[in-house]
Amino acid sequence: MSEQHITLPEGSIERQTQTLNLGPTHPATHGVFQNILEIDGERIVSSESTVGYIHRAFEKIAERRPYYQITPLTDRLNYCSSPINNMGWHMTVEKLLGIQTPKRVDYLRIIIMELARITDHLICNGVVGVDSGAFTGFLYLMKYRELVYEIYEEICGSRLTTNIGRVGGFERNFTPAAFEKIERFLKEYPVALKEFETMMNRNRIFMERTQGVGPISAERAMNYGFTGPNLRAAGVDYDVRVAQPYCSYEDFEFTIPVGTTGDCYDRFLVRNAEMWESLSIIRQAMDKVKELPSDVYHADVPAYYLPEKSAVYTKMEALIYHFKIIMGESDILPGELYNPVEGANGELGFYLISDGGRSPYRLHFRRPCFIYYQAYGELIKGAMLSDAVICMSSLNLIAGELDA
Amino acid sequence: MARPVQYNEKVKTVAVPEGYSGEGFFATTFDQVIGLARKNSIWPLPFATSCCGIEFMATMASTYDMSRFGSERMAFTPRQCDLLMVMGTISKKMAPVLRQVYLQMAEPRWVVAVGACASSGGVFDTYSVLQGIDQVIPVDVYVPGCPPRPEAIIDGFMRVQDLVGQESLRRRHSDKYKELLNSYGIQ
Amino acid sequence: MSLTNDYIKQRLAEKFGESISQVEESFGTMSFTAPKDLNLKVMQFLYDEEELQFRFLTDLTAVHYPNRTGEELAVVYHLYNFKERVRLRMKVYTSIEDTRVFTATRLFESANWMERETYDFFGVNFVGHPNLKRILNVDEMTYFPMRKEFPLEDQTRTDKDDEMFGRGGHIGI
Ligand code: SF4
Repeated sequence: MSEQHITLPEGSIERQTQTLNLGPTHPATHGVFQNILEIDGERIVSSESTVGYIHRAFEKIAERRPYYQITPLTDRLNYCSSPINNMGWHMTVEKLLGIQTPKRVDYLRIIIMELARITDHLICNGVVGVDSGAFTGFLYLMKYRELVYEIYEEICGSRLTTNIGRVGGFERNFTPAAFEKIERFLKEYPVALKEFETMMNRNRIFMERTQGVGPISAERAMNYGFTGPNLRAAGVDYDVRVAQPYCSYEDFEFTIPVGTTGDCYDRFLVRNAEMWESLSIIRQAMDKVKELPSDVYHADVPAYYLPEKSAVYTKMEALIYHFKIIMGESDILPGELYNPVEGANGELGFYLISDGGRSPYRLHFRRPCFIYYQAYGELIKGAMLSDAVICMSSLNLIAGELDA
Repeated sequence: MARPVQYNEKVKTVAVPEGYSGEGFFATTFDQVIGLARKNSIWPLPFATSCCGIEFMATMASTYDMSRFGSERMAFTPRQCDLLMVMGTISKKMAPVLRQVYLQMAEPRWVVAVGACASSGGVFDTYSVLQGIDQVIPVDVYVPGCPPRPEAIIDGFMRVQDLVGQESLRRRHSDKYKELLNSYGIQ
Repeated sequence: MSLTNDYIKQRLAEKFGESISQVEESFGTMSFTAPKDLNLKVMQFLYDEEELQFRFLTDLTAVHYPNRTGEELAVVYHLYNFKERVRLRMKVYTSIEDTRVFTATRLFESANWMERETYDFFGVNFVGHPNLKRILNVDEMTYFPMRKEFPLEDQTRTDKDDEMFGRGGHIGI
């Protein structure tokens, strides 16, 4: 901050700050957040955030819906990486019911989850590029997101809000075409990512714009409840995939990239590095899947897993289960658990209380965005207005997740 | 090494509207010419709040590229835009903001509701979600889907183009239109 | 030394004696109930002790049990120890008439918005919170929507036929 050479008299007009309303539909805020900034020239003196502009009452809806109807709700939490949310929810229910999924299901899930992580990070990093004036990178990366969407389409028929999988596994097996598409992505994406990194990582302008912007120390970050890439950029190697492995993540080798200063540049680098790790995980998973029998794609739990349609027409038992599941009449065991997964933005937790009925007694989502957006005011204090914009996009705030 | 220069020869020009033409002149109605011009240079204002907004991102990015339809200029200021594209859930907290944005737009203005949420509230029949934006502002085109595919969004956009192209210049002054706005409490 | 649930239980019992109740373990996570005027003390103890170090507030929310008279609302804290990777669940019960509970914002910055959310949904009144007002819903709202007695749907609407849309809870949904 430059020093003030002239002493201004009390009450002089230069001393007055002005109020700027950033949001909720400001073009610079990707998503609907309102920040009322108190600015002195270009510097931000203080800010106050308002959220809740797309509050949709997920938790209340979840109390009224049978278990399998909650999956579409989880899609809409962090819609940039819906499969992670879907599977996190399935795994929570499976944990409650004590369902053991076969290894192949775990590996297939990991492939999908890591693909989702990549799409999430690439949007975030692309948008950080856009906000610092580099639109090109974003357009290039978006092309590869379409490749991932094609993979989703091949597997579940949907692009963005995937509603992928079931409690116990997947609704249908992966087709050979799906594997081909994954292979294609694994081959083509690294080239583009490399190019993107070459363009951005040591780019003077980009570094000037992001280094030292919105930094946070590890201690503050933990106190603010940061998780995921934003916490790791501050130097804490906390990753749910390692700390509390789920879905056979323990079978894989990967590193957790960490940063040091927790500024926008570090967050950018951490996300890029994570994309490389995800690619390597997908590669490993693809190799592992090949060695397993190729017809296993769900656990054998007829009471909770929707039977195949042909069986519904021919078998009495399948028809009964089908009816029970579709009508939401299959009860779930009572219990209480908190199950976290590593979402693209951080620890996505499902706190589920079941009283043994058809729908949860209470379901609470721990939404990483919501918790770390509190720190935004502190991050941008004293920064320039344009830095605040980059800082917001590099935190990767997703309105759907934030407002629940 | 110099790159070979490429020319895009596949450019499609719009058809000439009906009219009289002779040596050095062409006469037609204002409606048609203005409609033609407006239709192919719509400035959309994306009002993206949630998931559908992400699908809109795909629509305007490389693969689908909505700019091909004359909407190259994505403007974020309501005062200069013709088309308000509402994508995503609009909560009750957001409704006044949306209305404000609509009021700031200059006539003629069009509105597309993209996705189930904007059209009817979608899956969120809850205490906090507005059950369709047509409760606060008039809507011209609804695009179904949760989220609609980019193709569907483009289709919705082309429907708006049709509307824009055919609109009579007098429509906005008609009593019927005023009545419509009045029913939303807009003077 | 690895931190076991038994050890935590023992330390808590040593310090707070009888006031820690309902200690149970489900899915590997220990859960206990603390009296509502001790919630801060317990958290501070868990935070400060060298061997415990629960310095990360993962989650804070509430649950409404309309049938438990006198303790209708449960405020649930999830605490986490980064080093030992241990999770802990603490509950504080409060009656619906007097929903005052001490705020955890002094200890954890992250509690700020989570408490506001809990207030917004359940009306738990966090004493000492710097800015306790609604966060997700509009300020004009007069009730606390997540309490069980309030319906999910907006009651003022007329456009959707109740029978067709399964509102009011009389059929399946
Ligand atoms: S229609 Fe579906 S995808 Fe679109 S905003 Fe609503 S929930 Fe999201």
